Order: sequence, then C-alpha cells, then structure tokens
Amino acid sequence: MDSRVASAPRAEEVALENMLLVSSSPHIRSNESVQRIMLDVIIALTPAIIGSVYFFGINALKLILISIASSMFFEAIIQKLFGKPITIDDFSAIITGILIAFNLPASAPWWLPIMGSAFAIIVVKQFFGGLGSNFMNPALAARAMLLTSWPIHMSTFTGTRPDVMSAATPLAIMKFGMSADGTASATVESATSASQAAGAELPTLWNLFIGNNPGAIGETSILLLLIGAAYLIIRQVIDWKIPVAYIGSTLAMLMILGVESQFIPYHILSGGLILGAFYMATDYASSPVTSKGRIVFGIGAGILTAIIRVNGGYPEGVSYSILLMNITVPLIEKLTAPKKFGEVK
Amino acid sequence: MKLKDLTFRGGVAVSDNKGLTKDLLIEPAEDPSMVMIALHQHTGAPCEAVVQAGDEVKVGQVIGQSQAFVSAPVHSSVSGTVKEIVSMAIPTGLTVECVVIESDGKNTMDESIKPNGGLEDLSPEELIEIIKEAGITGMGGAGFPAHVKFSPPAEKKIDTILINGAECEPYLTADHRLMVEEPDKIVFGLKVIMKAVGVDKGVIGVEVNKPDAIKALKEASRDEENISIVPLKVKYPQGDEKRLIDVILGRQVPSGGLPMDVGAVVSNISTTRAIAEAVMDGKPLYERVVTITGQGVKNPRNLVVKVGTPFKDIIEQCGGFNEGSPGKILMGGPMMGISQYSIDVPVIKGTGGILVMTEEEAKPEPLQPCIRCGKCLEVCPVYLQPIYLSNYALKGDFDKAEALHALDCVECGACSYQCPSKRPLVESIRLAKREIIAKRNKTN
Repeated sequence: MDSRVASAPRAEEVALENMLLVSSSPHIRSNESVQRIMLDVIIALTPAIIGSVYFFGINALKLILISIASSMFFEAIIQKLFGKPITIDDFSAIITGILIAFNLPASAPWWLPIMGSAFAIIVVKQFFGGLGSNFMNPALAARAMLLTSWPIHMSTFTGTRPDVMSAATPLAIMKFGMSADGTASATVESATSASQAAGAELPTLWNLFIGNNPGAIGETSILLLLIGAAYLIIRQVIDWKIPVAYIGSTLAMLMILGVESQFIPYHILSGGLILGAFYMATDYASSPVTSKGRIVFGIGAGILTAIIRVNGGYPEGVSYSILLMNITVPLIEKLTAPKKFGEVK
Repeated sequence: MKLKDLTFRGGVAVSDNKGLTKDLLIEPAEDPSMVMIALHQHTGAPCEAVVQAGDEVKVGQVIGQSQAFVSAPVHSSVSGTVKEIVSMAIPTGLTVECVVIESDGKNTMDESIKPNGGLEDLSPEELIEIIKEAGITGMGGAGFPAHVKFSPPAEKKIDTILINGAECEPYLTADHRLMVEEPDKIVFGLKVIMKAVGVDKGVIGVEVNKPDAIKALKEASRDEENISIVPLKVKYPQGDEKRLIDVILGRQVPSGGLPMDVGAVVSNISTTRAIAEAVMDGKPLYERVVTITGQGVKNPRNLVVKVGTPFKDIIEQCGGFNEGSPGKILMGGPMMGISQYSIDVPVIKGTGGILVMTEEEAKPEPLQPCIRCGKCLEVCPVYLQPIYLSNYALKGDFDKAEALHALDCVECGACSYQCPSKRPLVESIRLAKREIIAKRNKTN
C-alpha cells in the first residue's frame, strides 16, 4: 500500500504530528469576506455613479474621484501614523469616499470632498477604532460637518442641465417656495435654498424617479439607487428591515403631520431618503445588529426625517435623523436583544 | 403535521461534500492486529477494567464496567490477549485508561452473544437491560448512555421517539449508508425504543439530500402505522436534537432542559441500528460504521470499524494520504469535529467519521475586525448574540457572557462559519462556557 504512514519510520511520524494543525471547530469557513461585502456595495453604487455623471456632468465624476482618492489617502496615512496595519485593501474607504461625494452638490469646489473625507476617515472612523468601530456613519458625519462649516457651498445646487447655474431642490421648493417666505428661515443654508426656491417649480415625478432634478449628486436617481439596493438585498449584504421601516415610517409620519398627499411622493422620491435608507442607515457599524433593533432604528430615523422636513429649519432631514439614530444604537440593541431558544417564560 | 421539508430559524447553508462517499457501500474494515479500547468513551462514570494483562478475551466480552447508573459497559472488539491497561489519548482529546488487546485473528465470539428472541416476547424492562448490557451510547458524538435516555423519570410523559437521520455534518455518510442499506434494522431499532419507552409514535427525520434513504425507510416502514418518515430541509445544524424536536414536533426544549421535558426522546441512526442488533443478535456495541473521507485521503470509504482500531490503520486501508501532507485530521465532520494531533488514537463508539483535510484546506484564514454585519445573530439557531458573547469572552468578562446566555450555546459553529471577518466566535464562546462552568463548580 502506497501510504506514507504505513511505511513511515518513527521519525517521520513525529514529523506528521508536528505538521497537523489542531484547532477548535468549525474547521471550514464560508466564502464570505469583508472585501466581498464592500465590493458588493461598490458594485451597487456603480449605477448611481454613472447616473450622477450623466446628469451632473464631469464635475460630479471629478468630485467622486477626489473623494475616493482622499479617503484612501487619509486612511493609509492615519494608519501609518498610528503604527497599525494599512487596510485600504478592504475597500471600506472607497465606499466612504463615494458616499461623501454623493452628498455634495455638483457645484462643490474640489477641496470640499477632501475636507469631508479627512473628517470622516480620521476623526469619525479611525479615532474610534477603525473599521466596524465607528459609532456614526462617517460619510454622514462628514456631510453634517461640511454643512455647518461651508453652508453655501453645501447647499447651492445646480440643475441637471448645464445652462442652469443654480436651482432649488424639490424639498426646498416644497418647504420655502410654496410658502413664499424664504426670509423666515433660520439658517444660511435654508436661506440659500429659499432664495433659489422662490418661484421655482417642482420637477415631474418621472424626472425625480430617474434622477433628472437638482440635488446632491448621488441622491437624485431613485431608479439607479434602487437597482443597486435590490442587488444588495439579493446578495444579503443589507437587511431589508432598516430601509423598509425607514421609508414606511417617513411616509406614515408625513401623513400624521398633515402633509398634503400630492407632496408625499416628492418627499419619498427627492432628497436623500432613498440613498440614506438603503446605503447610509444600513451601515453595519452604526446600525443595530439585532433584528428587531433594525426595525426600531428604521422607524426612529423615519419619524425624525419627517419631523425635521416638516417642522424643522432645514428642508432635508435624512442625514441628521440617521446620525441621531446612530447614537441610540447601543440602547436599541440592549432593549431588543433576541429571546433565546427555549427561554422559560 | 406538515410533511414538506421542515426546517428551523437560523442555521447556515454549507456545501455538504458528501459525494465522496455517499454512494459507496459499507464494507468491513480489515481486522486490526491490536486494539486500544477506551474505558471512558461515554458521558458519565468511567468504567473499571474487569480484565488484566495476560487475560484471554473474546469478541463481545465485557472488559470494563461501572456500578454507576449513568455509564455503559465496554466490550472487546477482538479475540486475543490483553497486553496492558494504560492511559492514553483518545480522539475526544481526553487521556483515559485503555485496554490494549492483541488480536489472535480468529474473532472467536463470546458465549454470551446470542439472539434475544422476538420483540413481542420482551418487556420494556428487559429491552432496557439488553441495551444497557450491550454498552450502547449515543453514537452521534455526545455518547450519552442509551438506557439512561430511555428511562425517564415517571413524571416525564414521553409521547414520541425521534430518530435523527439528518446527518447535517458535511462529508459524513455513515448514517446515510445505514439508512439505505439497512433500513429494516433502523425501523426495528425504532420499534425497540418505542416499546422500551412505552410510546406509540415514532418519527424518522431525514434531510432531503438523501432521497435514497427516505425511499428506503418509507419502504421499510410501509406496514408500520405509527412510524413516519419526515423530509427535512438541508440546513446546518438540522441534526441538533433540539432543532429536530422543534421542526418535527413544534416544541421548544426549555433552556437548560432535555428532550424528555417536551415529551421526546431522540436517538441517532447508528445508535438505533446498534440497538436493533443488540436485541436481534445479542450483539454488544463493539464496532460501528465510520466514514473515512476528505480531500486529503486517497480512497474515501464507509467502513465497519472495530472500536479500538487506531486511526492510522484505517487511513492506511483507505490508501493513505493524498499527495502533499495532511493539514488537519478530524474525528467527525468539519463543523463540529475534533482535530487530532496524532493518528495513533483509537476509534471510539462516537467516531462517525475521520476527515482528512489537506494543508491548503486547513490553512487558517486571516482575521479581520468585526464589521458588525450581524450575520452571526441571523444564523444562530439558539438566537444568541455571538458577536457580544465573543467580545466578552475575549476580554475575560465571563460574567457578562453568562448573562447573555453563553451556556445555551450548542457550539454548532454556524456563527464562526458565516463570519465574513473570520472571527473566532464559537471558539471564544466555548472558552467562556468552560470558565463559567468551572466557576460554578468551584462555588458549589
């Protein structure tokens, strides 16, 4: 019999024993990997990237590329400074880069995404422990920081046609244009939106759906975002619970707050709701791991979004809602711990 | 009762890799020249040797026994001479007393082995005695003495016997082949258990990746009104007994409880077959079907192996190792099998498989930080939170791990399997369980 063990002298057997790996079960692992998950998210975002370039032109592409490059750069440099292994090959910085750019107006200056990604990667992500440890969504935190620091740059939206230099988003039109009282708004951002909104008209719902309307570069094409979202749900990268609870509760809360039914489709299809619900609220690190917790998280974000949009000073409430819910995650998880199998009632 | 591919919440889809051996007939292994029979290969009290060096023994002769109720006698698997009784490592990782017997190659049977007569002539008490004397223990891994399981306290009303034909561990096909080749014995074994426990309902659950087994069992049980064959969805860990009870009977075994708490007794396929043979032929448990498989072994096979045969002998009979060195050798399947540091260990009653993984397959994957994807919660069949249990265990905060029900973990490994970051989830929870139990024992 041609067996090494059969013919092996004692010495070789000792060698075999030294070669055998001994470990605790399980001894096989699935093909899932962090890289694969991140790659799936990038694939899902690709249609929207292409759409943003189509609708907003080459400046959108420039912002996206600068944002990705600077996110990766800051991740590598801070990890080097901290003496940690450099992990830009896990692709997570690329996603943060894309999402930061997606939250910018197409007219944003080139340095804006660099500021955003420095804040997102260095402060929000790496200061708190890196991948998986950020308690807030880095891209949204960066958006909030940019909006506070450079409100005019962040809220001067251009239209999708090159000849329109400045335009109002549908949400701004609903908030300020219809009330015709832009001056009452409390912030510069709102005022900017308001001045743009004066006299502006709402785009058609079809244009909203395909993305042919003013807004941040990545948020406008609902169609392309939903295609990517469907891919993520089919690949089981994201759980449907957060986005469904989020969008559903936004809808319900808008109705409770008495928003006229003709405007409700505009609320759902414009602004950052779809981008936020499927791509930002589902960020693993800053959303609950429990099944019930994800529903609670989505509902909370939905209620806040509707309240901010209808009663708040800003036309848009998605990013602040998600950020607020991010900090409630430990509490939500504690209260929604699953009941173990066979729990004695 | 629904009769279509029952399943449970949680669990993982694992590629079953059973193709290597699922169509190979069970064959007898070559007789070992020397066996090392462990005196403690079951849950419960260890046996004392009742033979000593120099004694002549026969096949089926009792060589170890214990007075304790939760224990099972151990029998010789060969005829020959007892060489010595020594402490040595067995594949469970423990070092226990083993009786080393040199075979005379004749396989002379012990006089005590004779048929017990028909099932109708035997009382439940007699059946349980036969099962106890035959040294039958759970052959799926835990090794719990069968007669103890079949003697529940009077206040526990048992109404159903479940036979676990899920065999959800990848690679293993020993139970599968038994169901295909010896379905009559399985059905007879089930009838023995039903009579012994005093129950008139028996169910055999089989995963649907074994259609030939389902067909054979249906055929064998066509005249049995009280026995049904239930197809189960292929999902790991379908064969965990609490999962099985949940999907077939719709009853959750309470945390920390036993199947008898919800009126069920579960027995494994190999065990059931051993029970049938004990009653029909008076044959004690001294040999069993073992699947020798994996990419690292030349000719995977399903062999009837005598208890006490060294792994080394059996691997040789399967053509030895494939090109390249073996990376890992397991007793059992890849999900819950125990990795071995030597192939000099003997087969025990609980050895359902020997899996040889290649160096490439055994290579550990690089660890990444947890990204909190929550997949471990989704797959946990006990609905625990492996991410947090593991975090506490790795920090040494075992009290917090206990508060999150670490002791309910069934150690199926679904969480670690699914984790995209390849975190040592079940591995660390296992550590926490051990620490928690050690602490409890100390305070008691």
